[in-house]
Amino acid sequence: MEVLQLLISGLANGCVYGLIALGFVLIYKATEAVNFAQGDFMMLGAFVTLGLVNPEYMGIPFWLALPLVFVIMGVLGYLLDLVVLRAVFGQSQVAVIIVTIALGFVIRFAVGEIWGHEPQSLRSPLALGDVRVGDLVLGLADVAVIIVTVIMTILLWQFFQRTKMGLAMQAASQNQMAAYYMGIPVKRIQGMVWALAGIVAAVAGILYASKGALDPSAGFIGIKAFAAAVIGGFGSLPGALLGGLIVGVIEPFAARYLPPGWSQIAPYALLIAVLLFRPHGLFAQVRAKKV
Amino acid sequence: MSLLEIDSVTLKFGGLTAVNNLSMKVEEGQVFALVGPNGAGKSTVFNLISRFYTPVSGSITFDGKDVLKLAPHDVPQLGIARTFQNIELFHQATVLQNLLVGRHRHRQTNMISQMLHLPSVRAEERAHRHAVEEVIDLLDLQPYRNSRIAGLPYGVRKVVELGRALASKPRLLLLDEPASGLSVEETQNMRWWIDDIRRHMKITVLMVEHDMGLVSKVCDRVLALADGAKLAEGTPAEVQSHPSVIEAYLGTNAVSKGGKVA
Amino acid sequence: MKFHFKTDYDQDIRMFPDWWNFSLYAALLVLALCLPLLIDPFFLGEATNVLIWATAGLGLMLLTGQTGQVSLGHSAFMALGCYSCVLMMEANVPFLAAFLLAGVITGIVGALIAIPALKLHGVYLAIATLALAILADDIIVLLKEWTDGVNGKMSPPIDLFGYEISRWNNPVEWYYLTLAVVLMVTLFYRNLLRAPLGRAFAAVRDSEISAQAMGVNVAQTKTIAFGISCAITGLGGALMGLFAGAFNNETFNFLLSIQLLMMIVVGGLGFIHGAFLGAVVIAFLPQVLSMTTDLFGRGVAIPGLESGVFGVILILFILFEPMGLYGRWLKIRTFLELFPFARKDMFKRQKSYLKTERLR
Repeated sequence: MEVLQLLISGLANGCVYGLIALGFVLIYKATEAVNFAQGDFMMLGAFVTLGLVNPEYMGIPFWLALPLVFVIMGVLGYLLDLVVLRAVFGQSQVAVIIVTIALGFVIRFAVGEIWGHEPQSLRSPLALGDVRVGDLVLGLADVAVIIVTVIMTILLWQFFQRTKMGLAMQAASQNQMAAYYMGIPVKRIQGMVWALAGIVAAVAGILYASKGALDPSAGFIGIKAFAAAVIGGFGSLPGALLGGLIVGVIEPFAARYLPPGWSQIAPYALLIAVLLFRPHGLFAQVRAKKV
Repeated sequence: MSLLEIDSVTLKFGGLTAVNNLSMKVEEGQVFALVGPNGAGKSTVFNLISRFYTPVSGSITFDGKDVLKLAPHDVPQLGIARTFQNIELFHQATVLQNLLVGRHRHRQTNMISQMLHLPSVRAEERAHRHAVEEVIDLLDLQPYRNSRIAGLPYGVRKVVELGRALASKPRLLLLDEPASGLSVEETQNMRWWIDDIRRHMKITVLMVEHDMGLVSKVCDRVLALADGAKLAEGTPAEVQSHPSVIEAYLGTNAVSKGGKVA
Repeated sequence: MKFHFKTDYDQDIRMFPDWWNFSLYAALLVLALCLPLLIDPFFLGEATNVLIWATAGLGLMLLTGQTGQVSLGHSAFMALGCYSCVLMMEANVPFLAAFLLAGVITGIVGALIAIPALKLHGVYLAIATLALAILADDIIVLLKEWTDGVNGKMSPPIDLFGYEISRWNNPVEWYYLTLAVVLMVTLFYRNLLRAPLGRAFAAVRDSEISAQAMGVNVAQTKTIAFGISCAITGLGGALMGLFAGAFNNETFNFLLSIQLLMMIVVGGLGFIHGAFLGAVVIAFLPQVLSMTTDLFGRGVAIPGLESGVFGVILILFILFEPMGLYGRWLKIRTFLELFPFARKDMFKRQKSYLKTERLR
């Protein structure tokens, strides 16, 4: 029973990691930029929702606010690509890494200034409290998070398979040059990918905030999401989700069965092990660079 | 014994056979050219010699030594230097620094003495610079000595890359399309340099080249490749008039008309 | 505009190309030596702080600026340098020996860690080293028998040949100690750059393929770069911990490595000067900010302000001056030297395109 409990809370955490990792991989595949601020994007998405929904701020009903959140985060993602990332294109990898880390700092500071540094909780319809089944204490929010993630995954998959925009994104991320010659506006597509990553981050943020309190340092869980993305393999979207779930599930079990202090180490130890033995992740295919 | 011997080498990428049972011998002092249509496997042969690829079967020996036993960075130690089809220079460094990297195989001092800049390091640096200045003089690179690669025109980069290979004082020089993208005048220069390299520096040259004009002027021996396999080998004139070469370049009809590849 | 007529090879090898250049740096050295006479102890402490940051920054610069490998894990090596130095001092090893040994130990550990990390490129290396920095924090807590975990350690007094140096009693000596360390590191750094190894670093940074084709052992070169870089950063970490007076796992958390990386980018990636200029920015930014917030009447410290402002500065630099402060200075200098003949497009950035590292 206890195992089930650990598994569900782990999976729920893993869903959030997985969704952040997903945004990370989306951007990487499409633009080769690594968005180290994806965790802070998630945090920002959560705070934007909180600012719109919570009664002490604007108090808009959740389901009305939701599309607004998506629009805000999508536009923000697109603008970031337009203003910052496109200018960095062509510079060294160091520049790209550092610029997104800096973006994360700026977002954290701005959020702290606007909404304060105290932990707050989001009025989310998913924050349902606990339910007891015999010995088992199930967080309904956890179950809801898992369900929403499954729905989100199916929607994304359909988007990539069915819609023109999704297909264009796939093409652009597989071979930019070929996509460009086929008349796909690669630059705009890259902007749209950033927008999509913003929306995915918003979903992750809402899920995160449904499970507990929220403060500006929440973005740091992005680091675990990077671990998840690497474990899953950078090139693979399902890999990112699976990597997230693996990291999420490992944590509660390590906390339960390992001596104290070792549980925080577990995800990173796994990350380093994966990097050593399967440097391109558990679920990625590799081809050598042509000279 | 030939300087470079490639013996029945086969290389496969998945299902694709990139080099098929290829054998060739480059003699000391020769200028040897590999020709063939795009995708024939010419650059792949270079990458095999540089040890970037490992063949499925066959052997490659240089001066009697087994090249296939070496790591890529040990190949230059034998005295093999190369250029790349798409110019691979150190673009943030200056021309001088690029050429000095060519001297890497001749370094003798260790890390600690370099950190302390001991007299031995300075003496070695002088020797490196002496060698590099000779190359700069030969290739007329004086105006660009302290320019960064990132700002140089294509033609100059091509020459710098040749210079970097020469700076290592190789016995065998691999030139991957030395004249591609060069103007008529620059190609003319390249021809003279290759002549100089062979006559005065006594360096054996193996090159990949599409420009048959250049090939027939500087090369003693030509090997035509198609689909990774040897099509014909001989003097430039022999290869150019070889029926299967004409077929590979111009199609079957050309053979019956007895055409000749320009 | 000056012209250099090359008459012998030493001209290129020499540390200073001409007398003017030499006298400039000599003047700077004299200024650094006389600094204690010119400013009060508080600002001298700040100057010491700048030099400590510069030392640590030079370490990372060697790796990231010269060899092109990103590390977000250098805080771990600063911690290693600091803890090993202090532990040895507590075991009655003389300060000088403990300090230098700490550098050596950190260098060796760094090189050992580099061997598996070498297989990783760009982003992967960044994430692996970031994980290392986070792990270091936890490991310090786990090893509390030696490190005193979250309670931290007090830095023991420095005893240099029977002469005690403490930050509060004799800040001038502390300053000179730091200055000596940073000068030594800079000298070694500069020497490496004019030797085969320094060129091998640049070769690995710019094209691994052709570095190999020129006989550079890429794996070995990266390992050496990692080792030297970690050794220098370890020395910086030791100085930082000793100067702070007390330190624990939080002192060296992963944000420190990010700060360090940001610092060298703002200063100018790939230039020794960049590490120093970046150190000035990072050491004085908090002061400037607190003065500014006082001015606007917000007495309380604003959390995250420092890193937020630093983030903005960094983004602006990468967008408008990717070569950092030193790059900007080079342009100003060229402009003045050529005045009035400088043309605007002389400084136009060469469009360079990202070489893909992705293995699709």
